Amino acid sequence: MASLAWVVFALPAIAFLLIGLVTLSNPRLSSLISILAVAGSWVLALVVFAAVAGGARLEQGFPWLSIGPDAALPFGIRVDSLSAMMLVVVTTVSLLIQVYSLGYMAGDPGFARYYCFLSLFTFSMLGLVLAANLLTIFIFWEGVGVCSYLLIGHWFAKPEAAEAAKKAFVTTRFGDFGFLIGILLLFTITARLGEPTLDFARLAELAENGQLMTFGSGLVTVAAVLLFCGAIGKSAQFPLHVWLPDAMEGPTPVSALIHAATMVAAGVYLVARAFPLFETVPTALTVVAIIGGFTAIFAATMGLVANDIKRVMAYSTVSQLGYMMLGLGSGALVAGTFHLFTHAFFKALLFLTAGSVIHAIGTQDLREMGGLRRYMPITFATMGFAGAALAGIPPLSGFWSKDEVLAAAYSSGNWVLFLFAMITVFLTAFYMFRAWFMTFFGEWRGGRQESSIDVHAADAARIAQDVHGTHGAVHAAGGHAAPHGGAHAPGSTPHESPAVMSIPLLILLVPTLVSGFWALLGPASFAAFIEGKPEPFRFDPVVGGLSIVLAVLGIGLAYLIYGARAMRPISVQPLYELLAHKYWIDEIYNKIMDVVILAGAQLVFLFDLRVIDGIVDGIGRLAVGIGYTVRTLQSGRVQAYAMVVFGGLLVIMVFTTLLPLLGVGTR
Amino acid sequence: MLLPVGPIHYLIFATLLFAIGMYGALARRNAVAVLLSIELMFNGAAILFVTFARYLQIVQGFELAGQLFAIFIITVAAADAAVGLAIVVAVYRLRHTVQVDQIDLMKG
Repeated sequence: MASLAWVVFALPAIAFLLIGLVTLSNPRLSSLISILAVAGSWVLALVVFAAVAGGARLEQGFPWLSIGPDAALPFGIRVDSLSAMMLVVVTTVSLLIQVYSLGYMAGDPGFARYYCFLSLFTFSMLGLVLAANLLTIFIFWEGVGVCSYLLIGHWFAKPEAAEAAKKAFVTTRFGDFGFLIGILLLFTITARLGEPTLDFARLAELAENGQLMTFGSGLVTVAAVLLFCGAIGKSAQFPLHVWLPDAMEGPTPVSALIHAATMVAAGVYLVARAFPLFETVPTALTVVAIIGGFTAIFAATMGLVANDIKRVMAYSTVSQLGYMMLGLGSGALVAGTFHLFTHAFFKALLFLTAGSVIHAIGTQDLREMGGLRRYMPITFATMGFAGAALAGIPPLSGFWSKDEVLAAAYSSGNWVLFLFAMITVFLTAFYMFRAWFMTFFGEWRGGRQESSIDVHAADAARIAQDVHGTHGAVHAAGGHAAPHGGAHAPGSTPHESPAVMSIPLLILLVPTLVSGFWALLGPASFAAFIEGKPEPFRFDPVVGGLSIVLAVLGIGLAYLIYGARAMRPISVQPLYELLAHKYWIDEIYNKIMDVVILAGAQLVFLFDLRVIDGIVDGIGRLAVGIGYTVRTLQSGRVQAYAMVVFGGLLVIMVFTTLLPLLGVGTR
Repeated sequence: MLLPVGPIHYLIFATLLFAIGMYGALARRNAVAVLLSIELMFNGAAILFVTFARYLQIVQGFELAGQLFAIFIITVAAADAAVGLAIVVAVYRLRHTVQVDQIDLMKG
């Protein structure tokens, strides 16, 4: 049954080809194909999952590239507990988000294209999850990167979206560069061991029996850290986190699918997949923990001051990915992957509720919202639960997984990182509920007043006009965008989203509420499933209790300031500036670009001008010079030429006849 | 007392004829004189052929090859003189001179 995994992963690919090649002109049919494909994948993923839970494992592949007589790079899939778990997560979230998009993206001129790329994305992500070796994972890794680019830039006529798409792609490429070098390094190491392989299972064996260390642990550490570089880029860890907040320019369901639940999890998944390798080199693991722990608190502080509801979610995603890395880096595979599992659901839910709000009132700015709980009860309640799960309120899913990460950090004995993690608990609760209270409590502040058009209706209209080429600029500025598919006309009261959007919210609420209990199921628990042996759930009452207290304190403070408005926010201007400008990191990067890259470019330019052009021009000048000198030989006088001819004849005669006659030059 | 005339005298005579012709071809400025000098060089060469044909019977069945060559040279020289003089006349019409050092259209 586990071989059904091939079908799970082929279905979205078929859907992508079908939509891309045949039905692109028919939005309704395209979305139907895409949703049917992912629904099929979902059902089969559950079957695969059940088979794996029953003990089935699958490792299958075919030779793909052969290098010489004894080295080959196979294309293979591997179905085990980790990939089966991720299959279910990816297909579930994809399915719900594709259904939700029916409502959110209704009337968009790029509707069919949108579903086409969603299918491609699902295919790539499933391939990434199933990959049995580093090369296969790298292919799909880049695949999701491309999809991310395409989907962030869905409204490519909007300059910010095009810019954000480019930024996401280029930034993650930085990490991928390290990843590729890491792969090559591992291949070199294993090749010197006499059996070149990139297979996860084989690498794990080599790591465990110590053969990988034959050439010293330094090389392996470097390889592991390089692999982690890929994860830093994809999972938006410091210092490559800058692309994720900007990626919020994409449609909200895309943010939910790619930038919360699945793609950004790829980095965490990679570390989890290569975990045996990381385990053998503690230094690499420490690097993972430090980057993760730092990113967690770093992103959380930026989330405190963000006024764009989606950016709050984006920072929270970066921060939670940091938690996962911290868990893995602390040596707890189960804690990291369990947080990955629960986070996928509640973060997807948070993004979808945010999308629901944006869809209803046409702004992403928290300061223009307020009082929405009367108009949007379902969104209000589901975002509340998801936020509580994120904050780590028991018994919701986030509490259990986050608590495992905290316990792992605590037991790893790294106090600074544990402290970071605990502060982050407080910050997370605060910023999440700040957003929630600002959105749903207080008085309705009437949406955006001046430019008063639904964000995505406006974009849709602008793109439509660009496509049809009719007075685009004038109309977009004048706000002629017709409200579509339930998008709200400004000025009137907001209302709940259509059922096609609110039902996925309610379905996602279920795993948000209960998925955490999987940790408690004893022999059938998550830990037992991943590790293959039953393991008692570690609950540290001190750590757990403290985290609950901190979370409640954070929520309470958020309520006092933004819910009850009993307190004014404490404003420390320089600190606020620092956070609001994201620690000036974008500016620093731009500066680095200016200084390093421009100076480098200047140098290369001069080299080109002086050396390369010099050589080219020099060759030309040489030819001209020689010609100029030699032309004087051509006097145009026949007798001069005849002189040369006879002179030459004389020389030849001297050499061929006279000298041999005189005995010169002969032996 | 007269020396008997041997092949060496023919060779010296032919070489002198060729050398005088060569000097004329290289040194004279008048195109007609240059042509005449070239005729001298032809004849020097023809005498060499005849001399060697007479004194060196190298290849059986081809004893008259050198003599035949001399007749060819005379024929070619006639043709050469005709073409050469025609060119000189044409050049004179065009440039109003037959001084070879003034005909340097090909100067680079």
